[in-house]
Amino acid sequence: MRLALGLVLLGLLGLGAAGAGWAQGWLGADPFSPDLLARYGEASAAHPLGTDELGRDLLLRLLHGTRVSLSVGLAVAIGATGLGTAVGLLAAWRGGWADALLMRLADGLLALPALPLLVVLAAVDTGRFGLPRGEATSDILRIVVILVAFGWVGTARLARAAALTQLSLDYVAAARVSGASEARVLVRHVLPNIAGPIGVAAALAVAGAILAESTLSFLGLGIQPPAPSWGNMLSNAQEMVFSAPMQAVWPGLCILLAVAGATLVADGLRRG
Amino acid sequence: MLRLIAGRLVQIGVVLAILSALVWLAMGLMPGDPLDLAMAADPRLSAEDAARMRALHGLDRQLAERYLAWAAAVLRGEFGFSRLYALPATAVLWPALLSTLVLLGWSLLLSAGLGIALGVLGAVRRGAGLLADGVALLAQSIPGFWLGILLVILFAVELGWLPAGGTGEGGSLGEAARFLVLPVATLAFVNIAAYARHSLSAMRQEMAQPYIRTARMKGLSARQVVWGHAFPNAAIPVVTVAALDAGSLVSGALVTETIFARPGMGKLIYDSIMGNDYNLALLALLLAALVTMLATLAADIVQRLIDPRLAG
Repeated sequence: MRLALGLVLLGLLGLGAAGAGWAQGWLGADPFSPDLLARYGEASAAHPLGTDELGRDLLLRLLHGTRVSLSVGLAVAIGATGLGTAVGLLAAWRGGWADALLMRLADGLLALPALPLLVVLAAVDTGRFGLPRGEATSDILRIVVILVAFGWVGTARLARAAALTQLSLDYVAAARVSGASEARVLVRHVLPNIAGPIGVAAALAVAGAILAESTLSFLGLGIQPPAPSWGNMLSNAQEMVFSAPMQAVWPGLCILLAVAGATLVADGLRRG
Repeated sequence: MLRLIAGRLVQIGVVLAILSALVWLAMGLMPGDPLDLAMAADPRLSAEDAARMRALHGLDRQLAERYLAWAAAVLRGEFGFSRLYALPATAVLWPALLSTLVLLGWSLLLSAGLGIALGVLGAVRRGAGLLADGVALLAQSIPGFWLGILLVILFAVELGWLPAGGTGEGGSLGEAARFLVLPVATLAFVNIAAYARHSLSAMRQEMAQPYIRTARMKGLSARQVVWGHAFPNAAIPVVTVAALDAGSLVSGALVTETIFARPGMGKLIYDSIMGNDYNLALLALLLAALVTMLATLAADIVQRLIDPRLAG
């Protein structure tokens, strides 16, 4: 029930993202170039949700923003889940000082307030590493790397706990006795058996990444305009609340639905 | 208990030392240094002037060398100056810390109180479980900055009941409280989720235990069964949540203070990083991390005090 509801929510947003180009052709508007004569336009047939502070079509920007925000969420979830699973498996399998080091690192990251540190990392000049700054693709890459660097911790702890349980079971000993290599034991035997909790962690990582990306973009440190993201569409909200309050509603509603969708999927998976 | 506290304090010191070095490195990688800004602001400054000022402030030295000099000064108790505010860093930090602690304190009280009430109600009354689940899902999914914007639109712009931002500095206590309502409501609602979810599941688990049936059979009232028997046991995992939640509360304060223009730690960190005020930014960040880790430690101590299995 929860799983289905969550998947429907995410599916609808995914359809919106996929249909952005089609909607652009149908409405015949350009969501990237400003039209200063049409600032804060009312909803009309040509602009179903009106226009923003630079006269760009709001609906189209919302749809393009969906692409950006969902891809960041998915990319972070894949990266953080992959890294977290690898770290958790390694810690559980190796034990000893490697386990202690990795888990103290995880504890340290968990104990810190994430957002102030994300603000510091997001302000780092990526131009010094040879990445162009201000282009949408390099912004997305930067945000994904930063969020993965913080996001792996939860998955790693879950994966470690689950793997420790599995490694102590008889089937692992049986596989070892029958001559399976350690890599084969971990990848073919342990990994499939800890897939359940990892799936839950991945769904939660999508939710967390979408929230974090929108917050950073809102603060002006994430995806830079003119590329739209749900967060940066709200970044001049202070002005919007007086001139066009409804404009402040739509992007936030999209964030809410996407995060709720991913959270419901996680809940559904957890209950099985 | 003393061993736990001593061990954790050492751990906090180590984390702060590592964090300061990493953040120093990150700041070295940020665009622009203070002298670039000075050069841009005053066209009469020549390249030689800039070089002389760099040497004067030690900006021509290596990043690692500057970090060690900074760390030595901090350990001597010299925290340096804020470039942005042209004041000693401590003179900027203390009022900001106080402002943030007020915001955090009220929000924590409200979110823990409401979240736990919702969770307990959801576990005891059948119909209320859905309500608790729903509120928790909403609170978990809503972006804090957007909730703040919605509250401003409704209560400040449309209804005009409450101020949209600021602190009401210089006004009476009641006036300052009016400025606190919307920020506290924003921060508290976002943090309700964790308390509601965990107290709901912990209470459901406890209410299904045999000792609850025994208590009922003894003829205790429903209130005694819930609050006297089930809740003390369910409270233990909820305190763990409070420990884990300290970081997200501080993160939420950054967003809330930015939206409502409250001069607290969060806004200070954001403004000082944006304004290349590296000394202030680093100190503020370390202070925020210290507050978070001390809050986590406090929650762990409370947990040991209320859980006899962990005592000793």
